[in-house]
Amino acid sequence: MTAAIGAWLDDRLRVRAVRDFLAHKLVPVERSIWYYFGGVSLFLFGVQVATGILLLLYYRPAPDSAFESVRFIMGHVRFGWLVRSVHAWAANLMIAGVFTHFFSVFFLKAYRPPREVTWLTGCGLLGCTLAFGFSGYLLPWNQLAFFATKVGTDIVGEVPVVGPALRFVLRGGENVGGATLTRFFGFHVALLPLATTLLLLVHLALVQLHGMSEPQGGRRRPVRHMPFYPHFVLREALVWLAVLGVLVVLATFFPWELGEKADPFASAPSGIRPEWYFTFMSQTFKYVPARLFGLEGEQVAILGFAAIFALLVLVPFLDRRAARGEPSPLVTAGGVLLLGFMVVMTLLAYLKPY
Amino acid sequence: MANEDGLSRRRLINWLLSLGSGSLLGVLLYPIIRYVTPADQPEAAVGTAVVGPLRDFPPGSGKVVRFGDRPAIVVRLTGGELRAFSAVCTHLGCTVQYRKDLELIWCPCHNGRFDLTGRNVAGPPPRPLEAFEVAVRGDQVVVSRRA
Repeated sequence: MTAAIGAWLDDRLRVRAVRDFLAHKLVPVERSIWYYFGGVSLFLFGVQVATGILLLLYYRPAPDSAFESVRFIMGHVRFGWLVRSVHAWAANLMIAGVFTHFFSVFFLKAYRPPREVTWLTGCGLLGCTLAFGFSGYLLPWNQLAFFATKVGTDIVGEVPVVGPALRFVLRGGENVGGATLTRFFGFHVALLPLATTLLLLVHLALVQLHGMSEPQGGRRRPVRHMPFYPHFVLREALVWLAVLGVLVVLATFFPWELGEKADPFASAPSGIRPEWYFTFMSQTFKYVPARLFGLEGEQVAILGFAAIFALLVLVPFLDRRAARGEPSPLVTAGGVLLLGFMVVMTLLAYLKPY
Repeated sequence: MANEDGLSRRRLINWLLSLGSGSLLGVLLYPIIRYVTPADQPEAAVGTAVVGPLRDFPPGSGKVVRFGDRPAIVVRLTGGELRAFSAVCTHLGCTVQYRKDLELIWCPCHNGRFDLTGRNVAGPPPRPLEAFEVAVRGDQVVVSRRA
């Protein structure tokens, strides 16, 4: 009976082809944790889709009901506190996971040919992840979110030439208000999920096409391989299970707070700070003087960050040494410098607020 | 000749197809771009706002009030004089507050400081705060835009 159903399915779905493919797919045996963060990010994206859909059943995107609907989810909906807390914590873990994946691929030089397009789609996914974080942060319509969005969209507005128009479109008007909330809601639940899914499909297809990147140079040759299924799948499953454990513990014992409802006519609260993944930028803005090189200070800072991001995106085409299979210590040093800068600025923001 | 004719016909068709698909794309994109761009709302150019009774502004204090669709800050000096400014920081648009301990207007987002004439005196703000007129009518404090 089972065999008959199996044969019926195989005739229609070619299940055996998939099974054969999985049985023959090999991945490098690498005892390094860095190989798992792409999968971890994928897992957390799945968690976000699931909990996000659940939140959509109760959330209302309008200035006079958004905060109240999130409070209702947390206070009255059964397990609402858990769903919302898991969504908020998984968002932070996902950003951490994507950053870790990004930097591990960077330092392992896995962007070298033929994986340049995989790197580019990965950069797009990093951008989508940060945009998810920024747009989702506003949705509970609390005081911190309101000012984070005000500052964040004003930073966009400082971009020379196109900035003011872009800020106008992002905000849905001159100021952050109800129009901004509905727009960010649309980005967060429709536009970004679509863009992320499309990029993710290409990204994963390319990972299949090229296989996993193997360590550079001759230091650890010959590289041993193991079957993708079940060996690697089981290991990855174990890591996902551990991440799920961490997520549930965090969400249960450190429930995500809601804060105070946004009031456009109140002062920004002292000690205000964006989410940790934007803090290094915010802290940099504090140190940049009002005027620099004949431009406004924040414009110089924005152009600087844009230049760094452009260098990161284009690194597969700039790092000619890695492309030839040689070590490229200069690129590594640049990455270390950037990571160090991000860590120091973030620490400064937390240890010495003013 | 026929070959050349065929070639030029193919070229013409390709050209027309590109023009057609290009126009179609434009026709599809234009309304979307216009839709996404917010409609120009008539600017709520509030000239004057009554912001509360004078007793809400004791000497040596500052308060953020509603001025049209934006926040303004009314500061009362220890001598009793009232001053009003836009409460939108000229750096990145946070809402400023009065710091009694510093006798300054302060923005918590990036530590910008303005003196009590609205001048940017420390931190990243590039310009002074916009100053408003402030007057007392009866017992009500009235803020208005400078002419």
